[in-house]
Parts: sequence; C-alpha cells; structure tokens
Amino acid sequence: MRRQHAHLSDEALVALVARGDEAALAELYDRVSRIAYGLALRVLRDERHAEDAVQEAFLQVWRSAATFRAERAKASTWILTLVHRRAVDLVRREERRQADPLTDDSELGQAPEHEQTEEAAWLRFERERVQTALTQLPDVQREALELAYYGGFSQAELADRLGVPLGTIKSRMFAGLARLRELLDDSTQEGSWKPEFTS
Amino acid sequence: METGIHELTAGYALDALDPEERSAYEAHLPGCEHCQRELASFWETTEALAVAASGPEPSPALRERVLADVRAEPLQNVVPFELRRRRLAPVLGAVAAVAAVVALALGLWASDLSSQLDETRAALARKQAAAEVLADPDARSVALTEGDGRLVVDPDGQAVLVVDGLGPAPEGKTYALWVVSHGEDPVPAGLFPGRDGREITPIEETVESGQVVLVTIEDAGGVDAPTSEPIIGTMPV
Repeated sequence: MRRQHAHLSDEALVALVARGDEAALAELYDRVSRIAYGLALRVLRDERHAEDAVQEAFLQVWRSAATFRAERAKASTWILTLVHRRAVDLVRREERRQADPLTDDSELGQAPEHEQTEEAAWLRFERERVQTALTQLPDVQREALELAYYGGFSQAELADRLGVPLGTIKSRMFAGLARLRELLDDSTQEGSWKPEFTS
Repeated sequence: METGIHELTAGYALDALDPEERSAYEAHLPGCEHCQRELASFWETTEALAVAASGPEPSPALRERVLADVRAEPLQNVVPFELRRRRLAPVLGAVAAVAAVVALALGLWASDLSSQLDETRAALARKQAAAEVLADPDARSVALTEGDGRLVVDPDGQAVLVVDGLGPAPEGKTYALWVVSHGEDPVPAGLFPGRDGREITPIEETVESGQVVLVTIEDAGGVDAPTSEPIIGTMPV
C-alpha cells in the first residue's frame, strides 16, 4: 500500500524511470493518468482507443525517459505531449473525429462528496479556470484551438473544411494560443506591494 | 523571409502540422532559441487544454496493462523492487490506514498510537478544508510573486496555498505561513514540512482583500514573528 516514491517530484521520477525503476513509472502513472486518459478520450471519443493511446504513450515514456530534458518542459507536460500526439495519430488513422464544445459536464464535476480529495478538487479548480479562459477567446480562435487540439485536425484540413486560407488558420491558432497563455497567466495583476520585515 | 517557420510553433504545440511541416519544424528547432522558448511556453498552455479535458478516472485495468508492458520490457541497469499495488481508494482512508499500520509496525504504546491517530485526524481535517476551498465555485486564484504555485481564496477568506517543488525544509526547520496586511505585523497562519512534489496547504487564518500570504523558513515548532525574509509571497488578495 505504501507509495515509496510519493515524495519525489515528477522530474525526479522520470530520472528514476530512465534507470529502469518500475515503481517510479507507476507513481508517474498515478499522478498523470487521469488527465492523460481524459485528453485521449476527448480526442478519440472511444474508451478502448483512449486506453490504447495512454498505454502506448507510457511505453514511450518508459523507453525514452533518458531523453527527457527538464529544462525544456515539465515532466507532466512531456508525458501529456506524448499522449496527445499518440491520440492524434490514432484519430487521423481512424478517420473518426469530432470536437464538441467544452461545456459538457463530465463525471469529474460530479464526484461524490467522499471522493473530494484535495488533488481531485485542485484538478477541478484548474479545469474551471482553463474553461473560463477559453470562453474569453474570440470565437474563431477558440474554434481553431478546439478543432486542432481536441479534434485532431491539422491546419491544412481545417483550412479545407472551413473554407478559409491556410495562412488565416495558422494566424488564428497562433493568436489563440498566445491569447490563452496570457489569460491563464495571472501573475500580471496590478497593485503589487512587497512587504518588508522589520527585525 | 521565414515568417512562416516561427508561426508554426503554435501548430506544432497543438500537433496540428502536416508531416512535412512537422519535420521541417523539428529540423529548425535545434538552431532556434526563440522557437525553443516559445514552444516550451506554448506546451504549458496545451497542458492546460489537457487539464480542461479531464474527466473520469481510467479503469484500474489500464494501470495493469501499462505496468505489464514495463515488466515485459526491462531496461538495462534495472533496480530491483517489489511492485506495490495501490488501490484507487479515496486518499483520506488510505492516509488513515497507512498511519495506523506504521504505528503498529513500530510497536508503539497505545497512548502513542492514539496520539498518532489524532495527528492523522488533524491531517485529514486539513485535507478536507483544502478540498472545500478548491471546490468552491467562487474561489479565485492569486498569483505568487516568487516561486511556482498559486493561492486559492474563497469569498469567506478561507485560503489554500498550492506550491510545486518547494522541497522539504532543512533539518530542524519548518516552513511558516504568514498573513500580512500592509504596514502591520505578520500574523502566524500555520506550518508545513515542504516536499518535492505539489503541496496543498490550508492557511489557518482568513485572508482578507489587500492582504498577502508569505512563507518563511523558521525553526521547527514555529515562531511568533518571522525571523527571515520570505521565500514565497503572493500578490495582494
């Protein structure tokens, strides 16, 4: 029952995985799998395919942990990138994609009271924050981001389907992602003051 | 002009490039520090999009499949270990169970055991308090001026500090929380041990509009007033 690596950072766990430590991989899985699976399910819309994508991505984590560079990305970011790319590859192969708006209420929002662990609550809080930020984007930018990231459409496919020049799609995606980054960065508030302790 | 290639960073981060463009971008990336920085930052944004898609837990069978893959393909220099299974039980129950088992394993006297369980109950209460703040739909997020994390405050001033990778406090020391109004003495608001992963700590005092929350390193057991400069500070709430 004990989680021997529970105190380690994600990045330290990846370093252990690179040395072949299975317990470290299990701990990483326990931390990231919920988001990873939710993402794969959103893209693939099928539980079996979503499980395949997560499974293949974690095998890739196991095989390529030694190539992970902590100065380039957080470990969770890296793993989710692998999951997303796998899911997109699968959905393009399967020719089965949709991108629903983000307003559906999944089970996460309705966890029973006794399951309200702090981690689950934190995840829910973050999810709300991102969804709110998404609604503040101009519609065409939000559409481009959602169809690409959740729908698995390439820029060229989107240009084709929406009947818009490719350059326009590229610009919308860039502007949308940059604007979303800005909306999520709450460190740019006004009215800062720095307390000083008098000793 | 290569206006195009930099703009591809967004499409790359979203996995929305065609195979040829993906290859072209990956060839460009090692030589372009600008794109490397931009990509790292866009990846954080796409991670947020992933979080926004989170839903139900995957089935326990998936965990078994992933671990079976790993066992079937041992790497070099494998460190032997005994695989421990963790039931996906609610964390609160698991914490209590672990504490009780530890106490029994150490052969503690009954009185020690009960004080151990009291501590566990206090820890559970703290976790519950933190979960309630985070679950409040009207709670809002306040950025840190130093460090990686965030303060989450509900409309009643109940607050939770979330920090990533602070690391354990040095031997004999603890992290101390303070709630500070402009121009006034800091009010002690709890202690926490620190850890390498994410740490979620409820603030033991209410946090009002305009106040900030600070963290200092103090002697274990805590002090009435801070004796060192803050290592973490929030923006005014």
